[in-house]
Amino acid sequence: MVLLLLSFVILLVSAALSLCFRRSPARASAAGVYGAVAASVAGLVSAGRILLSGGTETLSLPWPVPLGSLSFNLDPLAAFFLVPVFLLTAFAAIYGSDYLKSYAGKKPLALAWAAFNLLTAAMVLVITSANAVLFMLGWELMAAASFLLVVFEHEKAQVRKAAFLYLVVGAAGALFLLLLFSLLSPSSPSFDFSTFRRPEGVLAAAAFLAALAGFGLKAGFIPFHVWLPEAHPAAPSHVSAVMSGVMIKLGIYGIMRMLSFLAPWPAWWGWTLVFIGAVSGLLGVLFALSQHDLKRMLAYSSIENVGIIILGLGLAVVGTSHGMYPLAALAFGGALLHVLNHALFKGLLFMGAGAVLHSTGTTELEALGGLAKKMPQTAFYFLVGSAAISGLPPFNGLVSEFLIYLGSFGALRAREASTVYAAALAIGSLSAIGALALACFSKAFGTCFLGEPRSANAAGAHEAGQAMRAAMAALAWACCFIGLASPLLVAPLAAAAGCVLDPRAASELLRYAPLPLSYLSAAAAAFLGAALAVALLRAFALRGRVPAAGPTWDCGYAAPTAKMQYGASSFAQPLTDFFQPALRAARHYAGIAGYFPGKTSFHTENKALFYDNFYTPAAAYIRRLAFRFSWLQQGRLQFYILYIVTALIALLIWKL
Amino acid sequence: MHTFAELIIVFVILLDLALAVTGSLATCIRIAALQGVVAGLLPLLAGGHIETRTFLFAFAIIFLKGVVFPWLLLRARDRSGAGKEVETLISYPVSILLCIGAFIASSWLGSRLPLPTANVAWIVPASLATIFTGFLLITTRTKAITQVLGYLVIENGIYIFGLALFVEQPMMVELAILLDVFVAVFVMGIAIFHISREFDHIDTAELSELNDWRRPEDVK
Amino acid sequence: MTKQLAQYLVVLALSPLLLGVVNRVKAFFAGRRGPPLPQLYFDLYKLLHKTPVYSRTTTRVFRAGPVAALACLLTALAIAPFGGRPSFFAFDGDFILLVYLLGMARFATVIAALDTGSSFEGMGASREVQFAVFAEPAFFLALAALAKTTGAMSVSGIFGALTPAVWTTAAPVLALVTAALFLVFLAENSRVPADDPNTHLELTMIHEVMVLDHSGPELAFILYGASLKLWLLGSFIACSVLPRHSGSWLTDAGLFTAAMFAIAVVVGVVESIMARLRMSKVPYMLITALAFSALALIFQVGR
Repeated sequence: MVLLLLSFVILLVSAALSLCFRRSPARASAAGVYGAVAASVAGLVSAGRILLSGGTETLSLPWPVPLGSLSFNLDPLAAFFLVPVFLLTAFAAIYGSDYLKSYAGKKPLALAWAAFNLLTAAMVLVITSANAVLFMLGWELMAAASFLLVVFEHEKAQVRKAAFLYLVVGAAGALFLLLLFSLLSPSSPSFDFSTFRRPEGVLAAAAFLAALAGFGLKAGFIPFHVWLPEAHPAAPSHVSAVMSGVMIKLGIYGIMRMLSFLAPWPAWWGWTLVFIGAVSGLLGVLFALSQHDLKRMLAYSSIENVGIIILGLGLAVVGTSHGMYPLAALAFGGALLHVLNHALFKGLLFMGAGAVLHSTGTTELEALGGLAKKMPQTAFYFLVGSAAISGLPPFNGLVSEFLIYLGSFGALRAREASTVYAAALAIGSLSAIGALALACFSKAFGTCFLGEPRSANAAGAHEAGQAMRAAMAALAWACCFIGLASPLLVAPLAAAAGCVLDPRAASELLRYAPLPLSYLSAAAAAFLGAALAVALLRAFALRGRVPAAGPTWDCGYAAPTAKMQYGASSFAQPLTDFFQPALRAARHYAGIAGYFPGKTSFHTENKALFYDNFYTPAAAYIRRLAFRFSWLQQGRLQFYILYIVTALIALLIWKL
Repeated sequence: MHTFAELIIVFVILLDLALAVTGSLATCIRIAALQGVVAGLLPLLAGGHIETRTFLFAFAIIFLKGVVFPWLLLRARDRSGAGKEVETLISYPVSILLCIGAFIASSWLGSRLPLPTANVAWIVPASLATIFTGFLLITTRTKAITQVLGYLVIENGIYIFGLALFVEQPMMVELAILLDVFVAVFVMGIAIFHISREFDHIDTAELSELNDWRRPEDVK
Repeated sequence: MTKQLAQYLVVLALSPLLLGVVNRVKAFFAGRRGPPLPQLYFDLYKLLHKTPVYSRTTTRVFRAGPVAALACLLTALAIAPFGGRPSFFAFDGDFILLVYLLGMARFATVIAALDTGSSFEGMGASREVQFAVFAEPAFFLALAALAKTTGAMSVSGIFGALTPAVWTTAAPVLALVTAALFLVFLAENSRVPADDPNTHLELTMIHEVMVLDHSGPELAFILYGASLKLWLLGSFIACSVLPRHSGSWLTDAGLFTAAMFAIAVVVGVVESIMARLRMSKVPYMLITALAFSALALIFQVGR
């Protein structure tokens, strides 16, 4: 706990230092980066100790604020969420030291670094606070700091729009959280988590729904996702990595933490979560598949991965309520591990996208191509990230999905039909999500890094800087490590699961997970061995020969151009066509006519379905409602003072 | 024997799926006929003592559903110039998803209905699913002839439902319904024929032009 | 352990023969004599001694693709069922790993195809990933139905528990599962009616067009990998239709191998008497497989 406090202080001090070095961008960056890395080391040691021992540390300080006490709680669940926070922010800071260099002199780097470290500090505060007031403080600080980072490039109109949307959504989410906390502590004078009680009857359901909406607006699962694909691509890439990788996971953390106060859970909560998870997963990856912009695509894929996590959480709730403890434990463990895994590979992929943006000036997939020759290392790391996020062996994505699958297949033995159907729904949607993710990321990697460059920008690309490559390499190795050493993670996962699940359920993880995971790791190692053997066979077959070089076989067509390659939208077209009823992409096609047709054009435009069809009309309705009261706004100071006086007198009379 | 009856029930459900996805009108009619025949065979296979009366009724039903109805419908199709295709309002995957969803819903419903326990598994869900498939044909297909077909499929479902409920005396109920459907098919066959002669097509969507309500902007 | 090694080696040695059988059956239907049964062995031998040609557009991804894909299949083979006998990797949920290993093989093949920058290969890659979206859930749900029927959670557990008694009580479920598995098997191995392995340069091709640019040892790896995949997915069908286990390993292995070749004959017959489906209809075929396995699961739940 002391180390954690130290890391918190380091973050605040380095943020302040960055601001002090406003005049010198280099010094401000140095303060930011070293602060972030030092804080992460201290924090990781602290969190790691909790995870290995399985204990809990608490800290209470006197605080003269009504309703609140300055109390912190570091239990295994909090420690488990701290790991990705510290890991990713440290690597993102290292990456950012290179990435932001080109902005020096043009942008206030000091402010960016201060906001970055403040964001990390806020996330630590959210995870460790054991008091609702403190939690809300951290929550709002997190929103404010990330808002500053999103508006980094505020000269672009799109960025300003995204940032405003982000701000509004953050406020709306906070509103739901206030409702939630007031439901959880109706009579107690303090807002300490330790005094939280499950409300009675229908109020418990209300609390669950408030938690779902309030934290959902941060986690970004469907239908609360509208801000995510706008805000995440708008931020600088290392910030996108942190936002997509860990910040949205705090919404998941919130739901998990609140569920622990709301036990016992009715089965329909679980079903709600399973449905939301399946829909977010499927629609998220479909939307990602139809995007042409690399960073937007990654943002949509975050919706998909949050969906997978929620799916696992929902299965855990269904399993617990039906007494299927192995299902509950394995699904919860899978969801929790996916939080860490997604932080690693999504951070890696956003950094890769940032390297592409940095080097070519665009993330438009149709303008890229052939980058693997220009930036081979970035390409390799991006490839690792793509394979990991598609859940392919020998990387980490498979491990967490495997746990959810394992729980679901085990739950097929359940006697109640509803548990079996929940498990079958999870199996079906997870496999479809996996196959769609593979399509999505083979498209992203293929059009971005393979083939011939599709534009002059792509042709003139250069390899990313050393710090950027180092950060990506570290994350890529972390993905590989978890894929090969997953059994080591079972004990920490079980400890963290014990903070939310029934203790009988949490221990099932130790019973059912280690053996299959050991086999999984062994098989991953066997795969690498087999690959090595086949590669050796190839080298043996090719000994003493020099492979010939030629053009790509073009089926007899003599003058192929880079534009004739299969592009991002043509690659995705069979799937986007098939799922057109769900995607509703607009098509603009000029058509061809005559025997010698002239120039024509075709392009598709992806609509923000929920934003256009639900949120915009709802906002318009609220605005119309608000205009009814516009007569209150006279614009004269006297009137406003009159309102205040009236309100005061009314309150006085009411209290009397 | 029960495994065999179960297999037949599975076959009935697969025929439902096939009905929901077939694009050819003639195949659709034949599948519905086959389903009727299979359903007609069920009482003979459900085991137990078979009376002559049961046998005769089963024969009559099979003859009517397997020979007369398809013949009438195919004739109506040719005479009315309905074409060879089933024109649908929804796509194949959606149809199949609806069918599977209907099957899950009817298995849930079947477990909730206060029915005497049937001696063949799945007979109640299968009948409900068949009835639903009939509704699917009626509501999501445009041609009038598929509506008739939908009624026939619903009748198949009701017949199987009757088997599940009254293993003893399903025949009287069934005969009454069959008579209704027979008249319905007959009348609709004539109606389709005449409508197509009047309007050159039998798309029911176009029939809405016959109503006397006009949109305000159409009235000059 | 020796038996498992023997099983593994038998599959490694015999799988190219399956394609020989398929081709002979097709030749029989067409009234030709056809290539000799071990033709694929000759091809592989020859290709391993060829010098490859690489496109100047390609990078290492192109060279690593076939290697990784073959490694995936070699690993997956250690999980594959063999007449209900335990394999090397037999653990709860091993089939999940198997499907994802096949996914990795697909990923490797697809990005190697995209590396050439050829529009033909891009087209094939695009279709390959599209069909997987329907094939994978169908396969998984079929496995779920099998797991529900037998109460086991590993490949060898499922097929070890699959006895004639299970077939007599759950015949409809197992029949539906087998049908679903067969449809997935045809599509995943790019056989008629999903794809036509004979022609290379049609715009309608999927798998063959993805490997247009590969040559030499890499092509040998791809061809061998394809025959392993044929065996791998076929073995699921063979094990579900062959529930009888005798005590002796030799009888079981012999029966299982005979069933595998019977499946190859069936594939040959299907290819001879059917035309391939229009490209837009292939997803429908796989959705039908999905419907079959979903129905099987629903049946089994309600029993």
